[in-house]
Amino acid sequence: MDLIVEGIVRAFQLLIQGDPQTLKITFLSLSVSVSATMISLVLGVALGTVIALNKFFGRRFVVTLINTGMGAPPVVVGLVVTIFLWRNGPLGALHLLYTPYAMVIAQCIISLPIIMGFTLATIQQVDPKLRLQIVALGASRMQMLWLLLRETRLPLLAAVMAGFGAIISEVGASMMVGGNITNQTRVLTTAVVMETGKGDFGLAIALSIILMILVYLVNFALTTVQQRSKTR
Amino acid sequence: MNEVNQTSAPPLLEAKELTVVLGEQKVLDVPSLQVFPNEVLVVIGPNGSGKTTLLQSLALLLKPATGTILYRGQPVQNGSNLLQLRRRFAVVFQESLLLNASVWSNVTLGLHLRGVEKNEAKQRAQKWLERFGVSSLAHRQAKTLSGGESKRVSLARAFALQPEVIFLDEPFTALDNPTRQALTEDFENVLRETRVTTVMVTHDRNESLTLSSRVAVLIDGRIVQIGNPRDVFSCPVDDRVASFVEAGNHLPGVVTAQNEGLASVDMSGAQIQAVSYIAMATKVTVCLHYEDITLLAPSSQTVPSSARNRLAGKIVKVFPLGSQVKVTVDCGFPIIALVTKRSWEDLKLEVGQTVVASFKASSVHLIPHL
Repeated sequence: MDLIVEGIVRAFQLLIQGDPQTLKITFLSLSVSVSATMISLVLGVALGTVIALNKFFGRRFVVTLINTGMGAPPVVVGLVVTIFLWRNGPLGALHLLYTPYAMVIAQCIISLPIIMGFTLATIQQVDPKLRLQIVALGASRMQMLWLLLRETRLPLLAAVMAGFGAIISEVGASMMVGGNITNQTRVLTTAVVMETGKGDFGLAIALSIILMILVYLVNFALTTVQQRSKTR
Repeated sequence: MNEVNQTSAPPLLEAKELTVVLGEQKVLDVPSLQVFPNEVLVVIGPNGSGKTTLLQSLALLLKPATGTILYRGQPVQNGSNLLQLRRRFAVVFQESLLLNASVWSNVTLGLHLRGVEKNEAKQRAQKWLERFGVSSLAHRQAKTLSGGESKRVSLARAFALQPEVIFLDEPFTALDNPTRQALTEDFENVLRETRVTTVMVTHDRNESLTLSSRVAVLIDGRIVQIGNPRDVFSCPVDDRVASFVEAGNHLPGVVTAQNEGLASVDMSGAQIQAVSYIAMATKVTVCLHYEDITLLAPSSQTVPSSARNRLAGKIVKVFPLGSQVKVTVDCGFPIIALVTKRSWEDLKLEVGQTVVASFKASSVHLIPHL
């Protein structure tokens, strides 16, 4: 029991004192996951919309693949990205392994199918007649797409939350492609794993609490936007 | 088949050899259809007859399998031309199809998409919201509106575009009766004022009859009759049209005599007379509107002079319909008459008693079986 109390006290000490190490870890966690979410958002919404609105050969296969990707184990993603970025690997020349960029790439691959899958389902749920009405109002193809996204903004925000939630809490891939290097690629999740391994439960609990608060705050912000535009 | 009653102006919109195929099935086959400036063309037909498909093809929302649509004599091509032409039209669907936004932004959306200048857009939105009596709802969210309110907003949205042609797909079908009547009235006034060229499809023969310049009957994807409403409703060209457009009796008969436009028809033994030039020995369908039949007590001496036909029969069924009563009389074949409640009460008759069904020879419409 002391362990937990100690952890909580420690967490607030770290936060209030503004421990530079902790702040650095927190900041990196946030910036890696936010960047990855933004990139997946742009790609995922674009690709999801294209797949939702078009019929093509192998569509069912692609959709199944996306849905499978929504549950892809981060360690597998980590393994694949590591192989690709390995010194002799296909993209080894870029020297990205064990950098935050590698982590962004891995997290993108994890969150992209989630955002794509949500977008796909959302856009497909829009009444085809509404699309016809938008065309009849005189929308060009781009205007139509924009209006469709505006129309589905609430479920799309849910997609963002799901995508962000998946990668801020992910540890396997970040560990493998980032390497948990102090001051360079250490993020909250990898630090928790390490501290737990060392038996420093106090610090592990402290970092976990910070992680939870972070996830809560981001989701609180997104939920506020979502619910406000709903009742407005 | 295409009866044109506005030969003065060239057609605004024209379809030629139009076919639409859905899967294996040809759902629309219209060799020729013209829409003239300022007319109100109402296309009626039963469910599944291809009305919506026809409307969407004309509104350039659906690519036909074959055929050409001409606008002001120019064939419509794909690409930017299509978008530019769509921006001259407006479409009101059966559902209101408002976007999840305020009423105001719904009404101004089309105007923005069409690049209408901001002040102008504002004025038009205001004007048409007012015209349809919903300006007080401008700041409400579209999804909080009732069915009737949404419909008014969607009509305002369409008219604000000041389209050259407005297309309406069963616009009043989903509404309850009082809402629908109030809205139909407003809508008719707007049409009368703007004289905008209108194409409306509906399965309801009663919808906007007062306004239509022409009525086209669409059955199984084909236009089987087109003409002014009176002709279509009083002289349907075949059984299918008759059974769709007429609330009347359709009975088999044979012409037994022809006397300079007055045909005698044998209907299972009973003789009636009809104003028609159909030749002797032709098998016909006898069409007789429910309202055109007067019921008389057998003892009654007061017979309307022009009512040449009198058929006696037993009352088999009485069904009150609001201010009217639907009476089925067995004259060897069942005849249905629709009489006012008042005249039914005056007759003091009941089921099982004998009554005389009387109707004019000119009320009878004969369709020859060729």
